Amino acid sequence: MAKPTASLDVLEDRHGPHLSYEPPGGFAARGEPDRKVKTHCCFCGQQCGVQLLVQNERVVGVEPWEDFPFNGGKLCPKGVKRYLQNNHQDRLLHPLVRSGDGFGRIPWDEALDQVAERIRRLQANHGVDSVAVLSGASLTNEKAYLMGKFARLAVGSRHIDYNGRLCMVAAGAANLKAFGIDRAANPWADIPSSDLVMVLGSNVSECSPITTDYIWRARDRGAKLIVVDPRLTPIARTADLFLPVRPGRDSALLNAILNVVIRLGGVDQEFVAAHTNGFDEVLRTVERYTPDAVAQEVGIPATRIIEAAEMWVQAPRTMLLHARGIEHHTKGVENVLACINLVLATGKIGKPGCGYATITGQGNGQGGREHGQRCNQLPGARDIENPAHRAHVAGMWGVEPDVLPGKGYTAPQIMEAIHRGEIRGLISLCFNPLVSLPDATFTREALERLDFYVAIDFFLSETARHADIVLPGSLQEEDEGTVTSAEGRVIRIRKAVEPPGEARADWRIVCDLAARLGQGERFAFSKPEEIFTELSRLSAGGVADYGGITWEKIERQMGVFWPCPTPEHPGTPRLFEGGRFAHPDGRARFHAVEYRPPAEVTDDDYPVVLTTGRVVSQFLSGTQTRRIGPLVEQYPEPRVEIHPKLAAKLGVADGERVRVTSRRGALELRALVVATIRPDTVFIPYHWPGALSANLLTNRAYDPIAGIPEFKVAAVRIEKLVADDRAAQTADERAVETEVPRAAAVH
Amino acid sequence: MQQLFIDANRCIGCRACVEACSECPGHGGFSMIHLDEIARATTVQTAPTVCMHCDDPACASVCPADAIKLDPDGVVLSAAAERCIGCGNCALACPFGVPKIDVQRELMMKCDLCYDRTSVGKAPMCATVCPSGALFYGTQEEVEDRRRARPLDRFAFGEHVITTRNAVMVPAPTARFEVDVPHGATRSRAELMLEEALCD
Repeated sequence: MAKPTASLDVLEDRHGPHLSYEPPGGFAARGEPDRKVKTHCCFCGQQCGVQLLVQNERVVGVEPWEDFPFNGGKLCPKGVKRYLQNNHQDRLLHPLVRSGDGFGRIPWDEALDQVAERIRRLQANHGVDSVAVLSGASLTNEKAYLMGKFARLAVGSRHIDYNGRLCMVAAGAANLKAFGIDRAANPWADIPSSDLVMVLGSNVSECSPITTDYIWRARDRGAKLIVVDPRLTPIARTADLFLPVRPGRDSALLNAILNVVIRLGGVDQEFVAAHTNGFDEVLRTVERYTPDAVAQEVGIPATRIIEAAEMWVQAPRTMLLHARGIEHHTKGVENVLACINLVLATGKIGKPGCGYATITGQGNGQGGREHGQRCNQLPGARDIENPAHRAHVAGMWGVEPDVLPGKGYTAPQIMEAIHRGEIRGLISLCFNPLVSLPDATFTREALERLDFYVAIDFFLSETARHADIVLPGSLQEEDEGTVTSAEGRVIRIRKAVEPPGEARADWRIVCDLAARLGQGERFAFSKPEEIFTELSRLSAGGVADYGGITWEKIERQMGVFWPCPTPEHPGTPRLFEGGRFAHPDGRARFHAVEYRPPAEVTDDDYPVVLTTGRVVSQFLSGTQTRRIGPLVEQYPEPRVEIHPKLAAKLGVADGERVRVTSRRGALELRALVVATIRPDTVFIPYHWPGALSANLLTNRAYDPIAGIPEFKVAAVRIEKLVADDRAAQTADERAVETEVPRAAAVH
Repeated sequence: MQQLFIDANRCIGCRACVEACSECPGHGGFSMIHLDEIARATTVQTAPTVCMHCDDPACASVCPADAIKLDPDGVVLSAAAERCIGCGNCALACPFGVPKIDVQRELMMKCDLCYDRTSVGKAPMCATVCPSGALFYGTQEEVEDRRRARPLDRFAFGEHVITTRNAVMVPAPTARFEVDVPHGATRSRAELMLEEALCD
């Protein structure tokens, strides 16, 4: 049973999160650094260039890297303070084994032997697929590749998936369907020369702050800005047109915009005829989506929808950017396809200043989804169910194609299989599902049912508290490698310092485990660059072709945009030039999208829409950022954003405590009463664990194609907490903290 | 001349400037920038307050200890530690609300335009990192060439006119800078923006 053996107080006292405010020895002790290491931020998909300052072999600060072309020195607060994760008191320094009271130390060899032995024993008793691997999109390309190979060859399980399942898969699946390739179509350098930027479901200012300046540079030239979001975000505040869509209604809105575009004669008939398939069905479908027909459902007046279409038609060059706001849905793929339909119908793609991109969210959200750590994928963005792809990869790995397992479960499906006892063992790296998956109560129940769980981590995440064995891995700045940024630019992550204590580079741990599982010769890497060389060779000829990329070339060119098939090839910053798409016939595909409502709609019991997202000072499940003092101070705890009209109905004033309840659970938090959100919608950021987890409320409903959860729509009710009520709930909170979550979560 | 241009219209409230300022060598983790939420109840408007480096700085004029000096480039410096008596007159006198008293050190600290950086031709830390371009360091020609908004470096407080080294960007052709401050019962621009865009 993988239930923590120590109380939350004890675990937090030993492992944090504690807050770090200063470099080692304090600011006064910081002198001239011994060296400055040019690398990238460890957080989001923008992957800003930064220089880490190293003094006495410790990371002591950060300095902007002004020569790196993407951000030119610009950083968000996370990038400025990210160095404080190093030298952190919570850092895992030794392998740990579950004891009667939390964790005790164990020697490396013993820990690795135990892991291998437990995995093999479970597999002998319950089948090879009774053990699953969860990995992450903050890992370097090298590690992402290694994890896929490790799961398929060393563990031999078909169940490996990654936390990009919660991030990029809807956009990825839609891009693959429409374009035959899954990558931002344009480099960010195209944004400033656009005439109209349309941002959908992307709180750019908080989730990809550097993109803000790209958009403003277009506006400085006279470009217009349209923002589609249920909240008036900082970038929306100054937009030329703001469309506050009801959460979950995006495909209806986009169909209506295309409906008007067609009526206005905005279709690029020549482009559609020469470079696309399937427009006729889209034409027939969107015919019914007149602005008047959808206005009530999408919650925006018809005149505004018409205005958006007019602006789209009038702008010679447009950039359509979207992110999780339209993707975290049971129809995430359809929402993205509806965006792409608009872009393709008007031929506004594949040109300077004119195109389309999803804003990839995670640090290696792009590369992390290409190299085979997804349940349905082999390296080079190959399909695990395609016999030719299987044969290619098996050949390169020196095994028979039959040895490669088939398609496995998605990350949420893995958690469900754990919950029902089908999967009994878990290996995790770079994934904190207890905070990040929907319906946190369910996730906790599942984790408690594991027979064996080994977590590789640098801090003891909320999920890792459930582990039997914890192996101390490496922070981003403690290893070499590459990542692929939101633009599709492959860049170098450089090692600034060695892992502290007994901690080891993640790839060494994985290779050591592979050796103990009998696959040592296939994991005989002596440095990460060797893994990259194998990865790039293996990707050659695939969709995500890194064949012509070397570390040396990345450094020389300040990054290489894939596809880059040969050593002479400079890389491909802009895709689809001349209307050439990546499907075998070179044509893009339209996909007619019929609007359907979200999985959960509001009713009398749960009358308010909950949507979730991020704040600028925190990142994802907060494993790192909840340990950085200045970032925590910016936004210390989640608050629920409520419009004054809804607040008045509830009798709630700003700062008062409320209970937000869904069919899955409830949480208590303070209200932030603001006129910058739709009156029928509330918002809670999701970076916190336990009793403050927004994912106590979210719905385990998934996109049928991509498997992405519907984080952006759940039905809730909100009650003001009165004094008695508060006392009762405090008891519930205590129950949560002592690991009896169901009492608190079910109402 | 290289100047700092402050465009609150672009500000996204991320506080990268505040955090970066605290990382400047010599600041000891102390930030000299205020990042203000203007009126969060009705708008997401935020604004960075950075020293304007007045040509005739009120903070220096009212300093009884004569601790605040201008350097030859027109940069108004932090109070000299050996002279400052921590009285707070400067903080009260500044029309832009810039100086802060570090209570522990009993010392006024304020933006010195990142002397370490600007003296070697680099932008101040805040303007280097600002992800929206709300803080921009360059020449007047550069900013006028790149942007539609126009720099303003003259501020009238009644009859008293203050001219500054740094400039605030204002939407052209208006000569007056407006943020989303709601006055009395009127609604903020942001509030109206949302309401007008909603179906009943």
